[in-house]
Amino acid sequence: MQSLTNRVQPVDRSPMTIWEKMYLPAIVKGMGITFSHIFKKNPTINFPEKTRPFSPVFRGLQILNRDEEGRENCTACGLCAVACPAEAITMEAAERLPGEEHLYREEKYAAKYEINMLRCIFCGFCEEACPKDAIYLSESFMPSDYLRSQFIYKKEDLLIPNPKEDPEGYKKALGNRAAQKKQKD
Amino acid sequence: MAEENKKIKITIDNITVEVEPGTTIVEAARLLGSEFAPPTMCFYSKLEGSGGKCRTCLVEVAAGSAADPRPMPKLVASCRTQVMEGMVVKNITSERVLDARNGVVEFLLINHPLDCPICDQAGECYLQDLSYDHGKVGTRTEFVRRTFKREDIGPLIQLHMTRCILCYRCVMVADQLTNKRVHGIVDRGDKAAISTYISKAIDNDFSGNMIDVCPVGALTDKTFRFKNRVWFTKPVDAHRDCETPGCCGKATLWLRGEEVFRVTSRKDPWGEVQSFDGKPGWICNACRFDKKKTSDWVVEGLTQISRHSVIGANKYKVLDVPKETITEVMDGRDPKLLMNIHSVSGVNRPEIDLSKLNRPAHSDDFEK
Repeated sequence: MQSLTNRVQPVDRSPMTIWEKMYLPAIVKGMGITFSHIFKKNPTINFPEKTRPFSPVFRGLQILNRDEEGRENCTACGLCAVACPAEAITMEAAERLPGEEHLYREEKYAAKYEINMLRCIFCGFCEEACPKDAIYLSESFMPSDYLRSQFIYKKEDLLIPNPKEDPEGYKKALGNRAAQKKQKD
Repeated sequence: MAEENKKIKITIDNITVEVEPGTTIVEAARLLGSEFAPPTMCFYSKLEGSGGKCRTCLVEVAAGSAADPRPMPKLVASCRTQVMEGMVVKNITSERVLDARNGVVEFLLINHPLDCPICDQAGECYLQDLSYDHGKVGTRTEFVRRTFKREDIGPLIQLHMTRCILCYRCVMVADQLTNKRVHGIVDRGDKAAISTYISKAIDNDFSGNMIDVCPVGALTDKTFRFKNRVWFTKPVDAHRDCETPGCCGKATLWLRGEEVFRVTSRKDPWGEVQSFDGKPGWICNACRFDKKKTSDWVVEGLTQISRHSVIGANKYKVLDVPKETITEVMDGRDPKLLMNIHSVSGVNRPEIDLSKLNRPAHSDDFEK
């Protein structure tokens, strides 16, 4: 039969010689490889005490952004939901009442916002579609859980800490991604 | 007299068509199909006297007529120019027309707030379509966009004057469909605004048609306000026996599941109301705002949506949900679900029926 590549090597099925039947040289050769690794650099790290730096294009858990005054950016325009290839995002909009101006930036806002993390594939299309700078994929992993019901992320789970009440938490949650995206634009 | 009934030959983008004398260029172009017709923002063939305001339908007339084949010196508004024998019209084949249309779009968008993420019209907005087709990405204006004090024009219709392009269609609807017009365009120039003088509610049986004729999101349905995006609702054709004289009873329902979120009149490919038996299919306010149950209507079938429209994004193909056969196959046992999404999700809860609210939802509506 004609081989498909030139890397094919036929299996040697000839009977073993006495030297090979002793096995000892092979064991010594194998142990040599094993012990040589003691002197090499350790490729693993002690997660979670130590973490590796993320690649600048890493896409992690979604966050819903706020502006500098702590108002929610999202206006429930539905572009993230229509861009989502996994159909993970659903939302329900409401009208801002007088007196709620400090909570929501525009007159329409997302009263309900959900991402089904069992469906999400972290493609980042929601971030690209968003006209209001409201959704970002952050630099953190999605935490694991035993229950499937814990993976339906509500608005409370996704919202970034309020920059007025918790500026440290806000900065940490936002990470570098938002600044990078602004630079690109 | 026989000569007067003679059909007129006119060439639009190198395609010759025969039309009745007295037809306008845009109506002749519409006979050829939607890709040949110039876009129109203010012209509405069902409203007498409409057109000539927005200038998006500009075309080049390369030869005025067979008797006088000189070209017209300037681009003409095709909605107001009648055809002549042997006229040669250039629409998309003319660089000048496309360039002028880009300019017109830039002008229309000078004062437009571009708040499409909030606007309920987004997805079925003709200004959105037009600016995608003809607009430039940036704007050159350095002035502040005009703003208006928000005016309440009643419990059914929401007016956003900042989005208005002053096409006068809603004024003509009020003039030609209803017995009394209470709104109009007040002030002039930059301050020209749709308004009721002095603060009146627009209240008559056919006022809802103002929403349908509005090419932008200046007039929107208050009972549908912010409830859902157009492309997440499923349009179906439906009809009911309406006693209101003048109401055709044929409408498009925009559904989410069994909930009727919005009722509009049926649209033809040019965004105007469809005609039934030669009469435009206006619908009355009772049909539009009060009949928000599927039991009020006889559903005929899915509305045909253009392949390129975002409304088709929900990829629906059939009206009925396919039959669930798992229980049957498993001898009457229900499948064991790992998780029922409806017990976890807070969106689309059955106890909150948004379609029954005749106003936009507020934060307290979701706290039930």
